[in-house]
Amino acid sequence: MIEIIDLFKRYQRLEVLTGVDLSIEDGKITAILGPNGSGKTTLIKSILGLVKPTSGDIRYERDSVLGKWEYRRKIGYLPQIARFPENLTVRELIRFVEDLRNLQGNSEQLIPLFELENSLPKKLRFLSGGTRQKVNLLLTFMFDSPLYILDEPTSGLDPVALIRFKDLIIKLKDQQRTILFTTHIIPLVEEISDKLIFLLDGKVFFQGTCQEIISDHEELNLEKAIARILSNKHHAENIEI
Amino acid sequence: MLKILKYSLFDLIRSRWLIIYTLFFLIAGYVILYLGSDISKAIASLMNLILILTPLIGTLFGVINYYNSREFIELLLAQPIRRRAIFLGMYLGFSISLSLAFLFGIGIPFLSYGLWYSGEISNFLSLVVVGIFLTFIFSAFAFLIAVYNENRLKGFGISILFWLFMAFVYDGIFFISLILFEEYPVEKLAIVLSTLNPIDLSRTLVMLKLDISALMGYTGAVFRKFFGTSMGMILSYGALVTWSVVPVLWIINKSRNKDF
Repeated sequence: MIEIIDLFKRYQRLEVLTGVDLSIEDGKITAILGPNGSGKTTLIKSILGLVKPTSGDIRYERDSVLGKWEYRRKIGYLPQIARFPENLTVRELIRFVEDLRNLQGNSEQLIPLFELENSLPKKLRFLSGGTRQKVNLLLTFMFDSPLYILDEPTSGLDPVALIRFKDLIIKLKDQQRTILFTTHIIPLVEEISDKLIFLLDGKVFFQGTCQEIISDHEELNLEKAIARILSNKHHAENIEI
Repeated sequence: MLKILKYSLFDLIRSRWLIIYTLFFLIAGYVILYLGSDISKAIASLMNLILILTPLIGTLFGVINYYNSREFIELLLAQPIRRRAIFLGMYLGFSISLSLAFLFGIGIPFLSYGLWYSGEISNFLSLVVVGIFLTFIFSAFAFLIAVYNENRLKGFGISILFWLFMAFVYDGIFFISLILFEEYPVEKLAIVLSTLNPIDLSRTLVMLKLDISALMGYTGAVFRKFFGTSMGMILSYGALVTWSVVPVLWIINKSRNKDF
């Protein structure tokens, strides 16, 4: 379980996270939603230790992770932008990451899943954006981790890869793995996630199941419920002005 | 750290830019050697090229390399490794591969021309050592500038200004200050000023080694007196080592609290 307690992050004058409190349950798929600049990436980067919070605490399996690095053995991370050393081949990159982790990954199973057989001997600079994203997914999922953190995992994927990605996520959930991901694609959230965290202006605006957010706002589907949240917010801001 | 160094080296030695860099030195070496037909003169001619080019390439490629690796650094940071290991591994991988390119580019023409039988080996080695020091020093500053500046354009601008300052502007200030204070004893000032710039320091070291310090006139005599002693040599190489180590420690310290 991940617990985030009163987390603040300020970049010079810009306040990105303004007191985030939440918990992420084990064995569930949790989606983080929110408009651009709401703090989604900063939040997951804080969990990974890429961003140092201004104040607050982050606990993974009850221990604070701030200033530590060993806990990352238990996390698979998918970065938002898939860029790798240009002159390495895909096969060499896989070996590199395995070497770094001192683990043998199960890339053999995932290579056919993402149709990467022909790309293995190619240098990374010759791969298309979508193929690089598949390599990105492969590097993340080839290690068995209790927790996976994915930053916009579906960007650039073709429909076949997207379906296989969703199947993989559901399979991992059945194996009691915890998955946390950010996205802008609302139908994806409705389809695969158990829980939803909606960030707005650096705070948790809502957390619960998709059904809860829909019924709370008396809408037909998640997309409309979220549109209503955002328009209500604009309305409130206009009144304040 | 070694794993990152290994793969970074493995990646960079296959980069087109590095191959072009090697070829450039290879061609320049052959041309100068065969046109001049004299190893000693070729070393003196190449000195000026190396003193300008190794810092420039270290600075420019260093900044480009860091910005190109920016997203991959994020992936590495999310792995169970210390930040220090990532940055040290990347920096060493980069400066070693650039030094190797320089070493091959310059070494092959000289070796094939008959360096072994020329009695110029130690002079040639001083040139190589200085070139490698400059590569390490300027690569480190390039990484440092890039770590401080997320804005790529700003990073590029600062790194080019830094190189321009060290390679040209500093000499101008040095020269003007010597003229302005010519009525005072400026020997110590001259020695201190040349230690404070790794390019000047390298130039002095090679010129003294080549025994062409007479070209520097009175200052040359003063330098000869100081740098010619073993104490002077130790101090000047010590200064080059300091120039190489301090920015690396600075990078490690800065990266410790940086947000990515």
